[in-house]
Amino acid sequence: MSLLSRTKSDIVFDWVNNIILTIILLLVLYPLYFVAIASISDPVLVSGGEVWFVPRKVTFEGYGRVFNDPNIISGYKNSLVYAISGTSINLAMTLTAAYALSRKNLIGRNVISFFLAFTMFFSGGMIPTFLIVNNLGMVNKIWAMIIPNAVGVWNIIIARTFLQTSIPRELYESATIDGCSHTKFFTSIVLPLSKALIAILILFYGVGHWNSFFNALIYLRDTKLFPLQLVLRGILIQNQMELSMVKDQDLLAERQNIAEIIKYSLIIIASLPLLVLYPFLQKYFVKGVMIGSLKG
Amino acid sequence: MNLSSKKSAISYLSHNYELYLFLLPTIIYIIIFHYVPMYGVQIAFRNFIATKGISGSEWVGFAHFQRFFNSYYFGELIRNTLTLSITSLAAGFPVPIIFALLLNQLTNIRYKKIIQTVTYAPYFISTVVIVGMIIIFLSPRTGLVNHLIRFFGGEAVFFMSKPEWFRPLYILSNIWQNTGWGAIIYIASLSKIDPTLHEAAIMDGATKIDRIIHIDIPGIIPTVVIILILNLGSVMSVGFEKVYLMQNSLNSQTSEIISTYVYKTGMLGAQFSFSAAVGLFNSVINFILLAIVNKIAQKMSDVSLW
Repeated sequence: MSLLSRTKSDIVFDWVNNIILTIILLLVLYPLYFVAIASISDPVLVSGGEVWFVPRKVTFEGYGRVFNDPNIISGYKNSLVYAISGTSINLAMTLTAAYALSRKNLIGRNVISFFLAFTMFFSGGMIPTFLIVNNLGMVNKIWAMIIPNAVGVWNIIIARTFLQTSIPRELYESATIDGCSHTKFFTSIVLPLSKALIAILILFYGVGHWNSFFNALIYLRDTKLFPLQLVLRGILIQNQMELSMVKDQDLLAERQNIAEIIKYSLIIIASLPLLVLYPFLQKYFVKGVMIGSLKG
Repeated sequence: MNLSSKKSAISYLSHNYELYLFLLPTIIYIIIFHYVPMYGVQIAFRNFIATKGISGSEWVGFAHFQRFFNSYYFGELIRNTLTLSITSLAAGFPVPIIFALLLNQLTNIRYKKIIQTVTYAPYFISTVVIVGMIIIFLSPRTGLVNHLIRFFGGEAVFFMSKPEWFRPLYILSNIWQNTGWGAIIYIASLSKIDPTLHEAAIMDGATKIDRIIHIDIPGIIPTVVIILILNLGSVMSVGFEKVYLMQNSLNSQTSEIISTYVYKTGMLGAQFSFSAAVGLFNSVINFILLAIVNKIAQKMSDVSLW
């Protein structure tokens, strides 16, 4: 009897569980799916609420107009430059600092760790930080997009934990007997053994740079330097459309519809680099999150 | 210092000086971009004038703080900041845990993988795009949601310009974006639970629900506590970007929070000292909260941040 009721209860549970999870899946997926189909459907039908499940009257006009807009192209280029150069500096600084802190024989290790960690809990705030960047002459320069975020303390801690747990001590000890310097050991042994760590750091830093909007908002004035996110904000949120995108000969009503389809196409294009990286990096997610949760 | 310790210091440095060189760029960066601004925080107690420099500007003590505490928007800012962050936490914190518990029971591994892949994805979408999507979907004339409302015979709702909709929209979109990613850590800690516990429980006739309550939940409590501390500690630092992007003149009654106010008075209004005072007030409260929460957690369990 008890065996029977148990299986019965579990069967009901499995059914309900499957239904709940499927609803969650659809709730997360549908908005993304809708943006994708709306970006290639006739804008009149999209705005009229007639596109729901499949694209209708397929057109690539939205994409065409997006690719013809000089601001978006320059924003895209700027964002790529900021993300690639920023992430490179992030990686170099994070990995070297984390390696040094992972060496137990480093004198002053605790003091330096505290010196870094303290900044995670207390900061000078927006205005004093802005004044420093301003005093250094970085405002409205590409440097303002890279140097003020040159390294993240949290990521140093993640990297240090990873190196401590995944590079065996004996490896370093035997290397030093052979007269191997730290630099040599770091470049020829630590780095090749840290592919997972490097992938995680590229993911965290790269996504951070690509999606960053705040630094550009406060440090940049010149539209030529604007990263994609700031251009996107103008179009998606403040509803500013350039004349080059919405042509004069378009009728007013049509113009509004075209403005809508441009937004959908833009969302897809803006998320493209992440969509491309996503499958490659997905297997490292769990590792990245888990290292971060370890203490010490 | 005798000769041998001098000798060992030299030998230590000759072997390890590279480690300090490795740390040098990071230390210089941290000093310039984190500690110098902390020193610069004193402009909150001065009437900062750029040409006079920080130490040349007149000392006014707590005048800016007093002005802030006595201003009529002080109550509203504190209320908005706390309400938004506490309701976000209360509504958003349990969702990834429940999601992880349910996902963990899924028997079809392939389906589980698909759900994970899809639900992680929104985490990587930028705040600008998320807010853009909210605005597009909720547009009164062309938005998806209002088409649906009209389809069921309702009237279009002007979501973005109604103050009462700001918080639900902020919180729901956060849940949509972060549930999958937030669940990773719980899924991982569920997978570390000893499988023999489950096997023994099955032998004793425990149902899946019994096992969730008596094995899974107790098993992930330490992780839950750590994440909760981290979240509670940042109650006052609710994200600037998303609030700022969702804000407009019509909903500012509920959407104006301390960080957006600091930005507006400081960066746009150029009241550097006043705005630095408001920001400092915010970080001090934040720091105290984190310390209190950490202390409590330490007392109640063995889990703590430091």
